[in-house]
Amino acid sequence: MKQLMLGNAAAARGLYEAGCSVVSSYPGTPSTEITEEAAKYDEIYCEWAPNEKVAMEVAFGAAVAGRRSFCGMKHVGLNVAADPLFTISYTGINAGMIIAVADDAGMHSSQNEQDSRHYAIAAKLPMLEPSDSAEALEFTKLAYEISEQFDTPVFLKMCTRVAHSQSIVETSERVLPELKPYEKNIAKYVMMPGNAKRRHPIVEQRTKDLIAYAETSPLNRVEMGDTSIGIITSSTSYQYAKEVFGDKACILKLGMIHPLPVQKILDFAAKVDRLVIIEELDSIIEDHCKKLGLEVTGKDVLPCIDEFSQNLIAEKLGMPVHKGKALDENIPVRPPVMCAGCPHRGLFYTLSKLKCTVMGDIGCYTLGAVAPLSAMDVTACMGASISSLHGFNKARGAESENKTVAVIGDSTFMHSGMTSLANVAYNQSNSTVIILDNSITGMTGHQQNPTTGYNIKGDPAGKIDLEALCRAMGFGRVRVVDPYDLKAVETAVREELAADEPSVIISRRPCALLKYVKHNKPLKCDADKCKSCKACMKLGCPAISMKNGKACIDQTLCVGCDVCTQLCAFGALAREEG
Amino acid sequence: MTKNIMIVGVGGQGSLLASKLLGHLLVTQGYDVKVSEVHGMSQRGGSVVTYVRFGDKVYSPIIDQGEADFIVSFEKLEAARWLSYLKPDGKVIVSEQETDPMPVIIGAAEYPSDLIAKMQALGVHVDAVDALGMAQQAGTAKAANLVLMGRLSRYFDFSEEIWMQAIEDCVPAKFLELNKKAFMMGRGE
Repeated sequence: MKQLMLGNAAAARGLYEAGCSVVSSYPGTPSTEITEEAAKYDEIYCEWAPNEKVAMEVAFGAAVAGRRSFCGMKHVGLNVAADPLFTISYTGINAGMIIAVADDAGMHSSQNEQDSRHYAIAAKLPMLEPSDSAEALEFTKLAYEISEQFDTPVFLKMCTRVAHSQSIVETSERVLPELKPYEKNIAKYVMMPGNAKRRHPIVEQRTKDLIAYAETSPLNRVEMGDTSIGIITSSTSYQYAKEVFGDKACILKLGMIHPLPVQKILDFAAKVDRLVIIEELDSIIEDHCKKLGLEVTGKDVLPCIDEFSQNLIAEKLGMPVHKGKALDENIPVRPPVMCAGCPHRGLFYTLSKLKCTVMGDIGCYTLGAVAPLSAMDVTACMGASISSLHGFNKARGAESENKTVAVIGDSTFMHSGMTSLANVAYNQSNSTVIILDNSITGMTGHQQNPTTGYNIKGDPAGKIDLEALCRAMGFGRVRVVDPYDLKAVETAVREELAADEPSVIISRRPCALLKYVKHNKPLKCDADKCKSCKACMKLGCPAISMKNGKACIDQTLCVGCDVCTQLCAFGALAREEG
Repeated sequence: MTKNIMIVGVGGQGSLLASKLLGHLLVTQGYDVKVSEVHGMSQRGGSVVTYVRFGDKVYSPIIDQGEADFIVSFEKLEAARWLSYLKPDGKVIVSEQETDPMPVIIGAAEYPSDLIAKMQALGVHVDAVDALGMAQQAGTAKAANLVLMGRLSRYFDFSEEIWMQAIEDCVPAKFLELNKKAFMMGRGE
């Protein structure tokens, strides 16, 4: 049946059709929906793991046990999973295993713009790269075959524009392969030096075999056209190239980005007058061609920053560019903001008011860095808030300990905050850690995690007790506050910063967007009572603005959280009763 | 010939349902279709854009400057922001709603005045709709997306039955009547 499907949903469909049985992932934009969609198929066991390393090891275990498995993550998640990655390349698998990694050129929702293709090269693993939903489905199925034929985990590399674009796919039925027998094989699966030394040459031979495969595989196809220009490209860049050139160019479209073919590229180059490499981010294909002694146009004209588009390629390669009319007007930017009623707002307002130095982390609450709250100093990666707070305090001592905090979400804390907290407990810095527990993984669109008590299907599951966990690590001072209660939050932050031992504050209230969260009636501003002091404006709430010099509350946005009423000294912000 | 429709607005306004509806309808009509969406951080109240492209064969999933046949905007400032993506003879369908972005809220910038007149002064065909008002009349402010789809439907030859079927396929039964009503209010006549 033909239907419109999101790239990520198509990859999930591929998992289903290929008989994948075990899926373990950690959410991360733009990879999340592969696992969410896979979870809709009852035939596949799916779970959210606490982090990507755990997810990859779960998928590895399932593959060794004899069932086709999958783990999915965003590009930075692959950094977390890099440890198992490099070694399961040596062990190989039993049943097929796919690792999906989704890059985010243009950083729509990411903290860096790394090119994950480097991991395929470094870990010596094959990597397939679909360019639309139909290929996402087809390549996923093919990836299992390659995985089992060459005894290797296989990367499925997505990018934002493939993952989050819908295009037409044709689906078919699920075929479940037989459970493969598990046979104990210490030399293959126990990677201690003696065994690993014998596995490494096997990996090198595998890459040679895969290059031979790449030479003839239909994954890498030539589309002949005008021979004055020959384009080598892959992924969404292929779509932009086709948009610009149509059949006015020859195209070598690479579906397998590692390892790259040699003879196929040389043959293609020989047929065209000029060779152009169109690839987003780094110069992987280009460097390969240059090593083959080919003269190419690539990163000398095309950028290694941001995502591409048809106009960008047209402009850089001297083709006609579409232009539109723009208003001669200063259009204010509209950056993302914390939602009206976001439980994080009261906490960040307090940190801003107390002029705290804030070590931040990854999640919706990174938006605490945005004006007017501006209550964040450092954000790097998942879990780094707590460990960098510890380092900051060790470097500056008491002067820092009395005003510096770490903020980390519940899901991020489970992902990689626990080991950092163990370091605080063990090496005893007088640090104040604030866990922002909104009872969900927010930024990626509401996924359950080990602290929520529910699994990926929404069924009751194990629930980790954050307070008990912190106490078990040795924290004597663990307290819970409601971030809607500004007075309580301020008292807690002041007292824990002043305390002479490490402490944890759990700022707890569910995300305002969760379906089960009941909202109050919106507030209204009494213009007669409003003295235009703008105290409420310090919250940076998208529902509050100044209209004709008075505070005005957007009735469609306000959820009646009452945080702003606590800041109004004149009682101007109130709810109409009844 | 590929046709390009951009749906722009503020994260959380319901553009995903609008693009789902449009994409589904176009597939049932036999077109090749691509729809590109925004997920993740930008959804949190930021400026969001969804691209819908259809024709015999569609390659790029995105629409670039000077390429859109239609810009359907949930908010005036967003229509102005993306205006350069419109083809010279393209059309803007815009909700008259104004939502202040954070720089305006905190007083660091001003919300530009008379945006619709200024766009018209450039020679742009602008179809302004009180989408929020109509949606509220239909039952909920959240149905502004269907009002705008109703207005867009005026510019296409697909019959009312085709649109209604697409709405039935895409909207949960619980909200169906409300959404159909909002659509018809936008479609007018």
